Amino acid sequence: MSLRIVVTVKYVPDATGDRHFADDLTVDRDDVDGLLSELDEYAVEQALQISENSDDDVEVTVLTVGPEDAKDALRKALSMGADKAIHVEDDDLHGTDAIGTSLVLAKAIEKAGFDLVVSGMASTDGTGGIVPALVAERLGVPQVTLLSQVSVGDGVVKGRRDGDAASEQLEASLPAVVSVTDQSGEARYPSFKGIMAAKKKPVESWDLSDLDIEAEEVGLEGAFTKVEVANERPARTAGTIVKDEGEGGKQLAEFLASQKFI
Amino acid sequence: MAEVLVYVDHVDGAVRKPTLELLTLARRIGEPVAVALGNGAADTAAALAEHGAVKVLTHDASEYAEYLVVPKVDALQAAYDAVSPAAVLVPSSAEGKEIAARLALRIGSGIITDAVDLEAGDEGPVATQSVFAASFTTKSRVIKGTPVITVKPNSAAVEAAPAAGAVETLAVTFSDQATGTKVTARTPRESTGRPELTEAAIVVSGGRGVNGAENFSIIEALADSLGAAVGASRAAVDAGWYPHTNQVGQTGKSVSPQLYIANGISGAIQHRAGMQTSKTIVAVNKDAEAPIFELVDYGVVGDLFDVVPQLTEEIKARKG
Repeated sequence: MSLRIVVTVKYVPDATGDRHFADDLTVDRDDVDGLLSELDEYAVEQALQISENSDDDVEVTVLTVGPEDAKDALRKALSMGADKAIHVEDDDLHGTDAIGTSLVLAKAIEKAGFDLVVSGMASTDGTGGIVPALVAERLGVPQVTLLSQVSVGDGVVKGRRDGDAASEQLEASLPAVVSVTDQSGEARYPSFKGIMAAKKKPVESWDLSDLDIEAEEVGLEGAFTKVEVANERPARTAGTIVKDEGEGGKQLAEFLASQKFI
Repeated sequence: MAEVLVYVDHVDGAVRKPTLELLTLARRIGEPVAVALGNGAADTAAALAEHGAVKVLTHDASEYAEYLVVPKVDALQAAYDAVSPAAVLVPSSAEGKEIAARLALRIGSGIITDAVDLEAGDEGPVATQSVFAASFTTKSRVIKGTPVITVKPNSAAVEAAPAAGAVETLAVTFSDQATGTKVTARTPRESTGRPELTEAAIVVSGGRGVNGAENFSIIEALADSLGAAVGASRAAVDAGWYPHTNQVGQTGKSVSPQLYIANGISGAIQHRAGMQTSKTIVAVNKDAEAPIFELVDYGVVGDLFDVVPQLTEEIKARKG
């Protein structure tokens, strides 16, 4: 038996940098360093653990859609231990929204061949958290999403989903789409050996024509949504700051009362 | 007037507050038609009518509890086909966003998630979002298909607006995908008696400075004096001091209460991402240089073990 796992990852602007919008109201990627979305590291980790715990022959492929620099995200995943990588890159992808991204991912996943797709719960830039569900809908396979715990065996994926109202145990037959939360288990650091090995691992590059996608289906032209205004939030006016000299709690209570919270 | 489909989030017939907020927003762009599914669906009608639903479409089947997400997508699509609405609004819970996304894809429409405000526009509804850890505010529109928009809790004040709320049973045929993901067990979360974190008007949070699970009782006591929900920073959750379900931040919950009180929280960007849109922000921290103080309306530089209990006592005294 063999198990083909595709891990979808995103290359995102560093949240600790000065993120802003470009003139066309897409995310400016030139002025801020990018990196593998932290939440996708958990997806890579779970894919590797599934691989390590399996008696089957498992291949972990990491897939991203993004500009040239997005290769950095793939290299990071490869250095953690993924076997190979696919980079979908095309100038016409600039400005693609979640619906379009799910189209590109679904076509690429189908072309790569898969038994299991593993994603992070959301990207750290858009934070929508809807792409795994969209990919599952497009692929016509079960979605087993937002798992804090995941296991695969005998062609079945099982996991725990912790919601607001309840914690649920889920189960689906493969093929399936899984997404994992930051509670699924700390992601490993790449070892020196892993980093050296990653340099020799294959990275395939596909463009839209490889996936039979027309330019007008994606990018700003194909987008189903449009950002019309993006304004930087005005800096908060400086608040009152007091040093506690024994009455700090009472002073704070006075403030809360003045604001009618008490 | 155009009809607007509103997906109802309820627990056994008790409508959750974000849905009532959604009805208020829906009235700005049309006449709300509510869709309530699962156990107790028909019991939601009175509350929905009280808040402006002209019609309530209900359907109950065991599939909603036994399988994940897709049966609800099938039902919402059936409602969409029956009503041909001008927009579809869904609460921005994790499940709500997944339902909305799959519906949007099926009906060939765009989707906007996590809106914090909604207004009517000449070319359809305009949604406000707060992005990049709330450092930017955007206004966006769906430009293809019927706008599908998910709205975050606390985005509007609930307003009563009695309407007919005529109950109709929705006809639903489940798709082949509906039974793909089985829910094999469900453990309801134990009620703490406190408000739900994302819905609360006041949130009291503790971070690294709380320094131990046992000390969270100080944070809880303050929360209880204000009728508030309790939140925790990632540092406190990772240390095992408080459950992950209470985590506020980029990888936890995003909250936008009237009042947010951060105790022993330095204010890393990841935490700020989850609370920066709170209306009034207060912090207690020993470190005068903590970045959280850049955000506050009122801050106390001091030891939370001195300040917080004193604050709690003072609140209790004032409330008599």
